[in-house]
Amino acid sequence: MENNMNITSAQYQAEVEGVDVPIAFAIIATIDGQELSVPLDPANRHYAEIQRQVEAGTLTIAAAD
Amino acid sequence: MTKARTNASASPAVGRNMVINGAMNVAQRATSVTGLGATLSKYHTVDRFPISVSTSGRLTMTQTADGPNGISANCTKFDCTTADTSIAAGEYFLFRQPFEGQNLQRIGKGVAGAQQITISFYVKANAAFTFGCELEDKDNNRNITILFDTTTDWVRKVITIPADVDDGSSPFDDDNAESLRLNIWLHAGSTYTSGTLGTSWYNRVDANRAVGIDSFFSSTDNNFFITGVQMEVGPVATEFEQEDISTTLQKCQRYFETGKAGATGNHPTADTGFFGGVVHYKVDKRAAATLAQSGQSYRELENDTIYLGSVGQQYALNVVNGFAHDAIHDGANCKYIFTYTADAEL
Repeated sequence: MENNMNITSAQYQAEVEGVDVPIAFAIIATIDGQELSVPLDPANRHYAEIQRQVEAGTLTIAAAD
Repeated sequence: MTKARTNASASPAVGRNMVINGAMNVAQRATSVTGLGATLSKYHTVDRFPISVSTSGRLTMTQTADGPNGISANCTKFDCTTADTSIAAGEYFLFRQPFEGQNLQRIGKGVAGAQQITISFYVKANAAFTFGCELEDKDNNRNITILFDTTTDWVRKVITIPADVDDGSSPFDDDNAESLRLNIWLHAGSTYTSGTLGTSWYNRVDANRAVGIDSFFSSTDNNFFITGVQMEVGPVATEFEQEDISTTLQKCQRYFETGKAGATGNHPTADTGFFGGVVHYKVDKRAAATLAQSGQSYRELENDTIYLGSVGQQYALNVVNGFAHDAIHDGANCKYIFTYTADAEL
């Protein structure tokens, strides 16, 4: 009964225009039916849950477009 | 000769209540949400009080204009709309508040000199029930649960929790992460009820967490009301600490806020390029926030899209005191507005 969330999609959002090396700065995720911009901050509960589900093998974060 | 009047208050200290929004006065997200019960942990109505629930039953959660006179005009109400009388082992329903470790240092838990904690709250229900009040130390996996009863009238429940020295070297972390939960158990399956109730601090065993509680989902007649929630250091429940609404709102906004933002561009030609702005939060957030938008209204935007947390997709900005937003204009006199939410809850 931890911070269980229904995460149905996750994709990195990255800087791609005008920079030499794209840098991911957020994950666009659909959580409990809502599209959210999740920062890459371990103290953020959504990011922490995404990481937990990735480590558990139940979620894959798609690469940025 | 005159004598200065003596302050008759026995507990004048301000800020002794570690619970935020205990009077249930702030509800930034919504005041009523129906159909709750599927597996999730989420904030729905009153700020700082999420629920964790997994059941085949369903409930409606509301911020309700009801409360014990002189304490609060508002409470949280749960109304059972679908009963669940065949309780699966792993089911649960908890109303809770999580706490940052840095706000709990006054307790001194886990080391020599640890303090007692007194929890108090006002409850009523449609009938007599037995439910559980639990403290859950997330840093050290230690729990304690005390049962309480309800009646059909508002009654203040007072629960004093013994000091927990633990092994003498297990304090709450002094940081912005979650260290403690105050849980009100309202429904549980055998995973949480098949052991012996842990009425003194113990290393967490799920089977000992909610032994002996009734089920809120036993009938659609059931409802449960709670307000005036307080947690303070020491063995005594002092009078519920009243707080002005602006102070409570600011405390809640450390974890969640909503507002409107927008930008306007006036480009002489209809070429494409970026324009945008920056939102400075009303209160700095606990951590970088999860952003969402709704209620968009715009004109002359390429892709009909407003980007959050970026400026021109080149300068990502989403920090504890604000975020940037932008869009690609597709003509002159471009503009947009939207409603944002910033969520930095525990």
